[in-house]
Amino acid sequence: MNGPDYKIKQLSIFSENKPGRIAAVAKAMKEECINILAFSIAEGAGYGVIRVIVDSPVRALERLQRDGFVVRFTDVLAVEMADRPGGLYDLTEMLSEAGVNIEYAYGYRNEPFAVLIIRVEDTDEGMKKILAHGAKLLDVKHFQPDAGC
Amino acid sequence: MACWNPNIEMMSKEDLDILQLKLLKELVDRAYDRSPLYRERMDEKGVKPDDIMTLDDLSKLPFMSKKDLRDYQPERLFMAGKRDIIRYHASSGTTGKPTIVGYTKKDIETWSESLARALTSAGLGADDIVQVANTYGLFTGGLGFHYAAEKIGAAVVPASTGNTDRQLQMINDLGVTVMAATPSYMIYVGEVAEKMGIDLRKSTLKTGLLGGEPWSDKMRERIQSQFGVRGINCFGASELYGPSWTECDEQCGIHIWRDIAIFEIIDPKTGDKASPGERGELVITMLQKEAFPIIRYRMGDITVMDEEKCACGRSHPRMMRISGRVDDMLIIRGINVFPSQVEHCLHTNPEVGNEFQIVVDRKGALDDMLVKVELKPEAFTDNILELNALRERITSRLKNSLNVGAKVELVPTGSLPRFEGKARRVMDRRDI
Repeated sequence: MNGPDYKIKQLSIFSENKPGRIAAVAKAMKEECINILAFSIAEGAGYGVIRVIVDSPVRALERLQRDGFVVRFTDVLAVEMADRPGGLYDLTEMLSEAGVNIEYAYGYRNEPFAVLIIRVEDTDEGMKKILAHGAKLLDVKHFQPDAGC
Repeated sequence: MACWNPNIEMMSKEDLDILQLKLLKELVDRAYDRSPLYRERMDEKGVKPDDIMTLDDLSKLPFMSKKDLRDYQPERLFMAGKRDIIRYHASSGTTGKPTIVGYTKKDIETWSESLARALTSAGLGADDIVQVANTYGLFTGGLGFHYAAEKIGAAVVPASTGNTDRQLQMINDLGVTVMAATPSYMIYVGEVAEKMGIDLRKSTLKTGLLGGEPWSDKMRERIQSQFGVRGINCFGASELYGPSWTECDEQCGIHIWRDIAIFEIIDPKTGDKASPGERGELVITMLQKEAFPIIRYRMGDITVMDEEKCACGRSHPRMMRISGRVDDMLIIRGINVFPSQVEHCLHTNPEVGNEFQIVVDRKGALDDMLVKVELKPEAFTDNILELNALRERITSRLKNSLNVGAKVELVPTGSLPRFEGKARRVMDRRDI
């Protein structure tokens, strides 16, 4: 078995700003019995990028492509943070000390801790810096347990 | 380089001005004298033949429209009597009932002369075998190329349209070097050849005289690379004579012989002359016509003229590709916008596809134009800043080319409506 793999395959979906687009993505995931772990939308001018972390990224990509979505994988990192007041501050302070430049981020709660999904300019470099500063990155395996419906 | 009529083709601009003015004066005299309809029109506008003293005075003359040609009896319109007419043709009637056109003996000769010069300028001559795969009959395509090809001493294969297997057999058996056809038929012939296992690139066929329908440089590239046939763009219309002008070997615009015709470009809205290099509606005056008058005839086609001397040495102006029809024109905040301009501009961005849609609204007192274009899947990035930058880039290119601002929206491939045939890409929702 290989060592830890911290590069999380996020689905980035190009979408028009029009009603029903998110529902269409969510419905496809439901039908495929794929669990959505984290989700965010970036708003452009008249269009948006839907970003999703799922438990079966390859299957999700194939299904969305079949449905005609323009979709691709983007490598992101998932950093663990303390689920208490100040948890986000501590983490972002550390990231800034480590000199990690974040393109975008979104978070979710995953008891007993919280998770910050971040996209950095250089994933390998960011990974090294974060680990060197003692933060905990979640492994791909964390997102892909043997899911089943 | 070969020249069919070097005296005229290589004439200096100054001498051409003099010749053109002389021919214009004669034409206006002739029309005023012999065409009751055109005389009436001139009288209505208060202009007499003597008012035409310079080439600029052309703008004093009334326009003619397709409707004029269609609605009037030949006796009211024609400048020549029945006795002098030696042939009739008819327009294909794509925009209404066909227009009947008459020719005197000299009209037929002038027509062939114009096209003979053109074919020679495209590098054709007595060694060529020209297969005319345009319809022979009321349509001018067949006989037009037939007469001109014979005039330059080429051999003519009057194949007319259809029976593609036989067309290919003729090319092979006779060693045909040139085919006159519509661009779409040329492509069809190429596809049939491929199916039959014939590689046209290895055949004797080297040149296609292509016209009679709108086509693009993209189609030309395909015809040239896939079939090894040099595509020469041709222009004409039955009201004018028929196919009368082509590109020269340089393939950079269609040479319009100044002793045969004056091609003006006007603003279709105001009727005023467009600035040099500006796109607008094509207005044609046929200088040597004896039977069927064409004076300031509004073609409804949108194009632009290049007055610069061509690399081939000829100073006769060149007409660039027709990019649309006046009927498709939009007026956005007072500026004329053609969907074809939008299309052309979008094509310069490799990140977006061919499909697009224009949506026009009125917001308050102002027109608001939105251009939706499909982002190619491979150009999609998760980085919204890059997407926004691409959108900005397209927006500014559109603004530069249209002279009016438009919003741009990137949409996923496959999300815009697809149309069979002529695309209806404009949604004008203005309630004026």
